[in-house]
Amino acid sequence: MIEAVGLTKRYGAKTAVYNLSFQVRPGTVTGFLGPNGSGKSTTMRMILGLDRPTGGTVTVGGQPFRQTPNAPRQVGALLDAKAVHGGRSARNHLLSLAQLSGIPARRVDEVLGVVGLHDVARKRSKGFSLGMGQRLGIAAALLGDPQVLLFDEPVNGLDPEGILWVRNLMKGLAAEGRTVFVSSHLMSEMALTAEHLIVIGRGQLMADMSVNEFIARNSAGFARVRTPDEPNLREKLTAALAEAGGQVLPEPDGALRVAGLPLPRISDVAHAADVRLWELSPHQASLEEAYMQLTQGAVDYRSTADQRAGWQGGPPAAAGQGPQGGFVPQPGAYQGQPVPAGAPQPQPQNPYAAPYGPPQPAAAPAPASAPVPASAPEATQPDNRDHRDDRDNEDAR
Amino acid sequence: MTTPYQQQPQAPAAPQGPPQGHPPVPPPAAQPGPGPQPGPPSGQPGHPGQQPAQQVPPQAPPQGAPFGGFAGGPGYVSPIPVRRTHLGHALAAEWTKIRTVRSTVWTLSIMALLVFGIGFLVTSFTSGSDYRGTSPVTNGLFGLMLGQICVITLGVLVVTSEYGTGLIRTTFTAAPQRHRVLLAKAMVFITVSFTVTTAVCALTALLASGVHSGPEVAEATGEQWAGVTVGAGLYVSLLGLLSLAIGSLLRHSAGAITAMLGLVLLPTIVAPLLMISESMKPLAETMMDYNAVNSLMTIHQVSAGEDGTKQLLVLAGVTLSALIAALAVQDQRDV
Repeated sequence: MIEAVGLTKRYGAKTAVYNLSFQVRPGTVTGFLGPNGSGKSTTMRMILGLDRPTGGTVTVGGQPFRQTPNAPRQVGALLDAKAVHGGRSARNHLLSLAQLSGIPARRVDEVLGVVGLHDVARKRSKGFSLGMGQRLGIAAALLGDPQVLLFDEPVNGLDPEGILWVRNLMKGLAAEGRTVFVSSHLMSEMALTAEHLIVIGRGQLMADMSVNEFIARNSAGFARVRTPDEPNLREKLTAALAEAGGQVLPEPDGALRVAGLPLPRISDVAHAADVRLWELSPHQASLEEAYMQLTQGAVDYRSTADQRAGWQGGPPAAAGQGPQGGFVPQPGAYQGQPVPAGAPQPQPQNPYAAPYGPPQPAAAPAPASAPVPASAPEATQPDNRDHRDDRDNEDAR
Repeated sequence: MTTPYQQQPQAPAAPQGPPQGHPPVPPPAAQPGPGPQPGPPSGQPGHPGQQPAQQVPPQAPPQGAPFGGFAGGPGYVSPIPVRRTHLGHALAAEWTKIRTVRSTVWTLSIMALLVFGIGFLVTSFTSGSDYRGTSPVTNGLFGLMLGQICVITLGVLVVTSEYGTGLIRTTFTAAPQRHRVLLAKAMVFITVSFTVTTAVCALTALLASGVHSGPEVAEATGEQWAGVTVGAGLYVSLLGLLSLAIGSLLRHSAGAITAMLGLVLLPTIVAPLLMISESMKPLAETMMDYNAVNSLMTIHQVSAGEDGTKQLLVLAGVTLSALIAALAVQDQRDV
């Protein structure tokens, strides 16, 4: 169990992590997501006592990490695959770590076998590839048979076989009742590995919920509607759906994309308009889409198109980056500073991805998404607000 | 980036999640907001605690419970009992570390080569009549003046190589009691460097006194023997320990080595300049007496009189202060 309460870290004027509160529970793989520079590694370092928080506390198994009587036996961590002395062999590296916590040397050979490095155990780790380095780091984390495991980008540089192995390893460790906290950029990997997600952006908590709920809350799903190839049917339906409050966009193949209306409502509208439907299918968003939608306002490092204008002399090619994502809100203009927000606002919901149940009070989702003290919903506010504004704009169209 | 316009194959939902896909019934029409998740009324299946402080009752490792099943409390408990770590563990680990890198072998063997090699050359190119005033046991001195730089380098590298490679984060994660790590490093380093330096100095002195003996050669006293072996070994390894402390404070190999070279070499260069000024003369004389080169000469008792105890004590005091500063600073820093 990892528990952070009001965790804050400032480096000079820059706030890397702000008022972060979350719990990582045993028995499940918890994914830790966020754009580059959002404070994931800083948070991991604070959990491990490497960085001192400016404010707040974090405990592992009920006590601050640095007071753990035998840290490697309780917490195993892979922070950085390159955090080894390249001149030392893999085995000697692990041996010194084992001796540090009184672990017998035969355990070193054991974990070397587990990660598949026994053949290169006596080679200097300088010559290791990134993937081998990751395996060595995982071996170090497993050395003490700990009940809490932290992995920062564990699949970086691994081959597909290695990625599969890490995925199963994480799940297996969690199934044994251990706490497994994994950060990653690979959404597809996270969707397969993690059951619970903690998402941060610009050092603030953005989401703390199960993967399924996260997708449901943050994805821009839509319905595909296809009418028979008869004249005017599409136009008729488009008009009727727009009147009913849906957003309709034509697809190149003749189908329509409809957002903002549940499937049965689309059917009803079509029926009322006397239009037959050949297709009415929900589009389920992926974790990646949901993640992109949630974090796009909090991305620090955004690439721009390479115009090469300086070489060609002429005016830069029209940088017409049209709306690439239909109903996905465009990147909001994030205002750097946390906006002191008032009441919690509901997040935009995807009517297709969400399971059904009784209607919810409008204000409920936001607080439920962040099981943290009162200040936490504020932490998620700026981005929520951006999305909402964007969504409102879309609605107004 | 995947846009919603691209056809998605299948939602990669977590394997055990509730079906998210095709809902059979719509939610109430005008309300696009979805209802709560099916499952526990808390809305977050398996996450009963909405408040971080809330303690969840401990439960056995869940098997086959929905959502992978998890409860609070200590989930997994290792069958091997967990024992508290102590300094002995850190010493064993540091011993493994220092003997398994090449820098240790290189610096110490170059030091040995310099001390013994130069001592051997001096011994072989001198005759008995050259030792009327000074005993041949001091022949290791010239090599040691250069060799001490190797020990300084090793002292710095023992700490800064960990910072340079990032290994220090692994080390401090495995041993959050940072003072213990530094203490173990210091103890292992001074043991290794003292043993090697003393042995090499003793070998050089034995060779020289074996080659040059006779009535005209000055006899070395027991005190001088102690000085050229244990005294010299102690002084050089203390200098290395000071480097270790400086390395821990600066956390940068090149910076720490430069600082230590300045400390060793500058006084011999600056002191004669300061001698010009009458008011600076006391300071200059102190620098002359206590700089590393002169201290080694005093410890070797090249000129009769002092035996170098003062120089050793001053260096020990400086080293101890630097070590205490390093210990104090280390606990506060982010790594």
